[in-house]
Amino acid sequence: MELLDPTSEISPERRIRRAPPDKIAGLTVGLLDISKPRGNIFLDRIEQRLGEEGVAVKRYKKPTFTRPAPNDLVQKIASEVDLVIEGLAD
Amino acid sequence: MTVSISPTGITDGLVLVAKRDCQTCELVQPVMRELARGARPLAIYSQDDPEFPEGVAGVRDDRALEVSFRLGIETVPTLIRLEGGREVERVVGWQRDEWRALTGVNSLGEGLPEWRPGCGSKSVEPGIIDELEIKYGDVAFKSRRIEIDPHEDEIEAMYSRGWSDGLPLVPPTRLRVHRMLKGTNRQPSEVLGLLPPDLQPVTIEKVAVNAVMAGCAPEYMPVVIAAVEAVLLEPFNMHGVLATTMFCAPILIVNGPVARAIGMNARGNALGQGNRANATIGRAVQLCVRNVGGGRPQGVDRSTLGTPGKYTFCFAEDEEHSFWEPLSVERGFARGTSTVTVFAGDAVHGIVDQQSRTPESLARSFALSLRSVSHYKLAQGADAILVVCPEHERTFKAAGWTKARLRQELDGLLQLPAEEVVRGAGGIAEGVPAAALGDRKTIPKFRKDGLLIVRAGGDAGMFSAVIAGWGASGAIGSTPVTHVIKV
Repeated sequence: MELLDPTSEISPERRIRRAPPDKIAGLTVGLLDISKPRGNIFLDRIEQRLGEEGVAVKRYKKPTFTRPAPNDLVQKIASEVDLVIEGLAD
Repeated sequence: MTVSISPTGITDGLVLVAKRDCQTCELVQPVMRELARGARPLAIYSQDDPEFPEGVAGVRDDRALEVSFRLGIETVPTLIRLEGGREVERVVGWQRDEWRALTGVNSLGEGLPEWRPGCGSKSVEPGIIDELEIKYGDVAFKSRRIEIDPHEDEIEAMYSRGWSDGLPLVPPTRLRVHRMLKGTNRQPSEVLGLLPPDLQPVTIEKVAVNAVMAGCAPEYMPVVIAAVEAVLLEPFNMHGVLATTMFCAPILIVNGPVARAIGMNARGNALGQGNRANATIGRAVQLCVRNVGGGRPQGVDRSTLGTPGKYTFCFAEDEEHSFWEPLSVERGFARGTSTVTVFAGDAVHGIVDQQSRTPESLARSFALSLRSVSHYKLAQGADAILVVCPEHERTFKAAGWTKARLRQELDGLLQLPAEEVVRGAGGIAEGVPAAALGDRKTIPKFRKDGLLIVRAGGDAGMFSAVIAGWGASGAIGSTPVTHVIKV
């Protein structure tokens, strides 16, 4: 379906992505395990590397990779961290 | 009309447009067969059935009605002669002599009646013409097109883009906006002004898009346009009305014949829900302010509490059953002129007076409620609207009180004693500063012309209402504006 824009069109049609921070030291990073096999091993290594950079890390896990993360997990993550790294593939 | 070669592909020859569902077209099938057998190139377009006319090969399928639209067919059968790619003549309906003259076939239609009127072309059936104009016409919109994925819910998509006031919107498709624009003769590209707070140009087209979303019918467009023009006028101060921490919304009061013509409600529940015109006209203006002007709550709109009137607050004055002159006439417009008055106002405050039988007693009830506008101890701040219901107006009518007489009485009753309203009086810090009072013993509650009186409501119930205005009125705030509705 095609709609006509009711606005003054001073904003881009698509929402622009937020600019990433220029440094991560001092931020809290969430690591989201989507429950793919050995994803945790990869994220363990990331956590170690981040720890060496002085970055606080929180770990999270999605119940299954076949569905989007449940709302309460998303809300929890959003309220606790500044950035998220998600282990997406196998 | 001159038509180019492109729709039919015929340079020199005949074009015939017909449909099966037409007794005249049925009648002249033999004529069509005879012409098809003839030497001259002939294209027959069938609007509803490519098997009609029967016994003719190569009938062209115009069920999409594109050729009928491009040729401007209003009646079937229509016979057109083309020369050099241009139309030179056409006959509408069956008229034997004219068909013979156009085709040069002097035996055409022998044995048939001399003439029969045609039937309506499918391309001009109600509702269809708008769709064809969008599909095949050169309807051009300036507004950006927003693509909604086929698997995305368009209602959700509009919410996620922030276009909504909280309630669902009607999706502004090109077809709907095209139909909405037919409600006005104004050009879509016309700029009404720069809408606060972003001071962006608001065009007739943008008004139409937002009017579609609000749920307006095309016939409401003149009122919506007039209301947007009115809020753009400097004395109304739309920016201030939007940005304030106070409550107000632009309240629209419609006078004149247009109210009845479009079915507005001036009677029972006039200030409430249930009437499409009342509901959507006010909403359209607010959506323009939100979407074109960029004014949103907790954005430039800093209202502490707001009011439900910010969804929509629009009604018509009941002129027909009132013995008073309408608001528009009071404000200098001729009776019979349609106007919209925009007023920066809050919510409805009811006046329950079921006991007064004299105008004096009832006026005192009104004055008590009017006194509480903004704050019982404030004066010369807000304007107000007094909405007088039928059963209350009856009391004034019985005593022969004109609106002016009531006004005069209220002016007297609303001279507030300085010692009551001054700051600190009654143990209340709020009030009129002593310096502002000076030596005066009294101070009028309202500034000159600050009180509007209108008549509305259902027959039963002794319940009038006060609608308080924005705490900043007149030159320092907002002044009510009455604007002519050009239909």
